[in-house]
Amino acid sequence: MELQLKGITKQFPGVLANDDVTLTARSGKVLALIGENGAGKSTLMNVLSGLYHPDAGEIIIDGQVQKFDDPGDAIKAGIGMVHQHFMLVPVFSVWENVVLGIEPTRAGGVLSRKEARREVKEISERFGLAVDPDVLVEDIPVGIQQRVEIIKVLLRGAKILVFDEPTAVLTPQEVEEFFGIVAELKGRGATIIFITHKLKEALAIADDITVLRGGKVVGHADPATATPEDLAAMMVGRDIELVVEKSEAEPGAGVLELADVTMLDDYGRALLKDISFSVRAGEIVGVAGIQGNGQTELVEAITGLLPISRGRITFEGKDITRYSPRDRHTAGIAHVPEDRNHMGMIGSFSVAENLVLDSYYAQPFSRGIRLQGDVIRDSAEALVEQFDVRPPIISNTGGALSGGNAQKMIVAREFSRDVPLVVCAQPTRGIDVGSIEYIHEQIVKKRDEGKAILIVSTELDEIFALSDRILVMYDGRIVAELKASEATPTEVGLYMAGRAA
Amino acid sequence: MSQTFEKPPAESYELTASRTRELSKSQIRRAQISGVVMLLLAAFVVVFLIPNAEGDATFGLSTARDAVQLSDLVVPVTASLWVLAMVLGFLGATQFVRGFQRRSTLILGLSFGVFVIAFIIWATADQQFNLTSMLVATVSRCTPIALGALSGILCERSGVVNIGIEGMLLGGAFSGVVIGSLFGGWIGLVAATLTGGILALLLAVLAVNFRVDQIIIGVVINILVLGLTSFLSSQVLIKNPDLNNAPIFPAIKIPVLGDIPIIGPVFFNQTIIVYGMFILVGTVTYLLFRTRWGLRTRSVGENPRAADSLGVSVAKVRYLAVIYGGMVGGFAGAWFTLGTVGRFDEGMTGGRGFIGLAAMIFGAWNPVGALGAAMVFGFSESLSEKLSLLDIPIPTEFLAMIPYLVTIVVVAGLVGRARPPAADGQPYTKE
Repeated sequence: MELQLKGITKQFPGVLANDDVTLTARSGKVLALIGENGAGKSTLMNVLSGLYHPDAGEIIIDGQVQKFDDPGDAIKAGIGMVHQHFMLVPVFSVWENVVLGIEPTRAGGVLSRKEARREVKEISERFGLAVDPDVLVEDIPVGIQQRVEIIKVLLRGAKILVFDEPTAVLTPQEVEEFFGIVAELKGRGATIIFITHKLKEALAIADDITVLRGGKVVGHADPATATPEDLAAMMVGRDIELVVEKSEAEPGAGVLELADVTMLDDYGRALLKDISFSVRAGEIVGVAGIQGNGQTELVEAITGLLPISRGRITFEGKDITRYSPRDRHTAGIAHVPEDRNHMGMIGSFSVAENLVLDSYYAQPFSRGIRLQGDVIRDSAEALVEQFDVRPPIISNTGGALSGGNAQKMIVAREFSRDVPLVVCAQPTRGIDVGSIEYIHEQIVKKRDEGKAILIVSTELDEIFALSDRILVMYDGRIVAELKASEATPTEVGLYMAGRAA
Repeated sequence: MSQTFEKPPAESYELTASRTRELSKSQIRRAQISGVVMLLLAAFVVVFLIPNAEGDATFGLSTARDAVQLSDLVVPVTASLWVLAMVLGFLGATQFVRGFQRRSTLILGLSFGVFVIAFIIWATADQQFNLTSMLVATVSRCTPIALGALSGILCERSGVVNIGIEGMLLGGAFSGVVIGSLFGGWIGLVAATLTGGILALLLAVLAVNFRVDQIIIGVVINILVLGLTSFLSSQVLIKNPDLNNAPIFPAIKIPVLGDIPIIGPVFFNQTIIVYGMFILVGTVTYLLFRTRWGLRTRSVGENPRAADSLGVSVAKVRYLAVIYGGMVGGFAGAWFTLGTVGRFDEGMTGGRGFIGLAAMIFGAWNPVGALGAAMVFGFSESLSEKLSLLDIPIPTEFLAMIPYLVTIVVVAGLVGRARPPAADGQPYTKE
C-alpha cells in the first residue's frame, strides 16, 4: 500500500511539532525518517497511528483520504506501529499481549486460549518470527519483545509498518536480526517506515531517506550516494564533526580503584558481582553494555548513592567505601547522572540555582545561612557563557531548556569544578548532534587536563569515539577489558550479549 | 508513564541464568528476627501460660442443632502446652540457626498458628469452648472483609486505587437497613449494592475524568459517608425507629452438605450474603483471568497506553471496573445490617474496609488469595469475640485489639513484596 502524508501540521502549546509535513512511503520499500530528538518524528507517527489528531493536513492511503479518530481506525486502515517504548504488558504472556483488543472468544466473552495460541503460531511461522506464545513478556529479552510487537501489528493485518527507533534497545546482534526481519517484510510487499536518529542504520536499510528538522521536512537523500556527514548536516543545519579529535592517552597514576565490588538487591540477587578495575589520571575508560546489566548500579556505587555489599572502593589512595555521597563529592568526584531530568537538575529551579545545586552550601556561594545571590549569579553567567547553554538566560527554569542545553548546564556544573575524577553516565542520551559534539569535546579536554574519566554509555559509537580503554558489562560483571584502539564493535557487541564470556 | 523494557528480569531467561542467588545481610537478619520471635512465643508459653495452667480444656465440636453430634474434645492443659512450647522452640531454634529459607514465611505463620492454639487451650482450662461455633463466626466475619478486598481488587486491577471501601461498606449498611426496613431484605440488599455503585461512580468520575488524586477521593468518600450516615442516623433513625429495623437474612442450610460435621455448619449453613461472597470470589476470579473483559481490565491496570494503542478504551474499562467494585462494596455493607443485627449504628463498619484493603494486598490482588487473607482476619475477630466470653485474666479491650494487631503484623511483616498492578493509582492521560 502506498502511504502519503500531505501538509500534516500539529501544534502543541508553545511548539509547532509538525509544520506542513509531506512525504510518501511505497509498497515494498523502506522509508527512513531521520531527525534529531524534537524534530517532530514521534509526533508525526502518533498522528499516523491515530493517537493525535493533526490540526491540518491529510493522510492518504492508496489514494483514499483517511480520517483517524482513535488508534483503532489506523489499525483498520492497515497501519501498524511498533513503538519506541514497547506497548506491552510485562506480566502478560506473549499470546495475551498479541490478542489484546481482538481476542478470539467463545460464547459469553470467554477467551479461547487455543485459538489465540494458534493465531500467534501462524503469524510467527509465516514471517519467521520465532517466539513461544506462553512465556511472560517480562521474561524474554528485548529483541524477542520486539518480535511480539511485530506479530501484534501483523495479526491486525498491517500492511504499513512504522518502527519508531527500533534499534535503540537492541544489541548489535539483535539489530542484525531485526534488519533480517525488515528485509523479509519488505520482500512480502509491506510498506515500512523506519524512524531513527542513527544515520548508519538509515543508510544501511532504507530505500529513501527523508530528513526532518524543527517539525519540517528539510530534505530527501538517496542512501546509495549520501554519507553520514551529509545527513548530519541536513539534520542539524550546519556541518558536523562526527569523529572526536583526540590524541593518544597518557595515563598517569591510578585515581579510582574498585576491588571485588559486589552489590546485592533485597532478594539477594547480585546486581554487581566482583567488579574490579581502576581508572587512571588522563584516561577515559568507557563502560559498554546493554542497559540494565548493572551500569546504573556501578555508577551509584562509585558515587555513593547505593551501598555495596562487599568489596572496596579507593579514591586517590583513600578508602571511600563508607563515604556518603556528599563526602565523595567534596573529596573530588564529579557526577553527570544518567537521568538528567530526575537526578541531574530540578526542573522548576532557575538555571543559576541548578548550577550551584552541588555547592550552594559552601563558600563562596553561602556565608553562614545566607546564600550569596550575586556570587551565584556571576558564576552562573560565566558558566552559561563558557559552556554555551542556550538561551543564556540564567533566570529561566532548568525545565525550560531543551535536552541538549539542559545536559550542557549539568556538564557545566560538574566540569567547572577542578576535581580528579569525572563519572559521566549516558552523557549524551537523547540530545541533539550539536550538543553531543560539544560535550564530547569537553570530555576529551578534561582528559587532556589530566583528569580521570569514567564514561558509561549504551551507545557503542560513543564508547568507541571517546574511550581509551573499554570495559564491557554483562549481567552485573565486567566480562571484558579491551584497548579501544584494538577492539572492534563486533567484538564488543558479542561481549555485550554475553555470548563470548 | 510509558513502560520500558530495557531491563531483562533476572534468572528467568537463559542468558541471565547465571545471576547468583545469595542471602543478603538484610535477609539473614530477617530470618534471625523471625527465629527470635518464634523463640519468644515459646518462652511466653512456658513462662506465662504454663504456670497458670491446670485441669482440662473442653472443646465442643458440634452445635446444638447439628444432625450428627460429635462428642467433646477434652485436652489436658499443662501437658499439651508443654508439647506446643517444644514445637515452637524447635522451629524457632532451627530458623535462627539454619533458617528455613524460602519456607520461612510459612513456618512463621505456622508458629503463630501453634501459639494461637496454645493460647486457646490455656484460656479454656476448666471451661467449655465451642470450636465449631468459632469457625462459623470466622466465616461470617470474614465475609465483609473478603468482599471489601474484592471491591478493591476490581478497582485496582483496572488501575484505580480505591481506599473508599470503608465508605462504601458504611453506605451499603445504611441504605440496606433503611430500604430493608421499608420494603424487605431483598430490596434492601439491592439498595445497598446500588449505593456502593453510586459512590464508586463518584470515584470513577473524579479519578478517570478529572484525574484527581485517588487517595484523596477515597478519603473524601470515607469522610462523606461517615458524616452523612451519622447525621441521618442521629436525626432520622432515632426519631423513626421503624426505619432502623430491617429483617435479618436467615441462615440457609444446604441439604446433605449442611449435615457434615464441623464443615456443614461452617460453610453450608450461612446467610445468602456469605454464599454471595463465595460465589462472587469465584466469579470474579473467572472473569478476571479467563474472559475478554478480564484481560482488558488487567491490561488497563498494567499498561493503559498499550491498551489504548490497541483500541481498548481505558476510560470505559476503568468506569466499569470501578462501578462493579463499588457494587461489591455496597453489597458487603449489607452484611453489617441485613446479615447480622438488622439495625444501623454510627460507624458500625469499624475499619473493616481498611482491613479488606490489607487482605487485598496480602492476597496479592488475587480474589482467592484475598479470601484466604480475609479468613485470617475473620478468625482473629471471631477469636477475640469468643475469648471475651471465657473467664480469663485479660481485659476484653485487649482482646478486641487482636484483629487490628493481626492486620499490622500481616501488613508489615508477612506480606513481603506483593506486586501491585503497574499502573495502580496513575491517572491516564492520552497526551
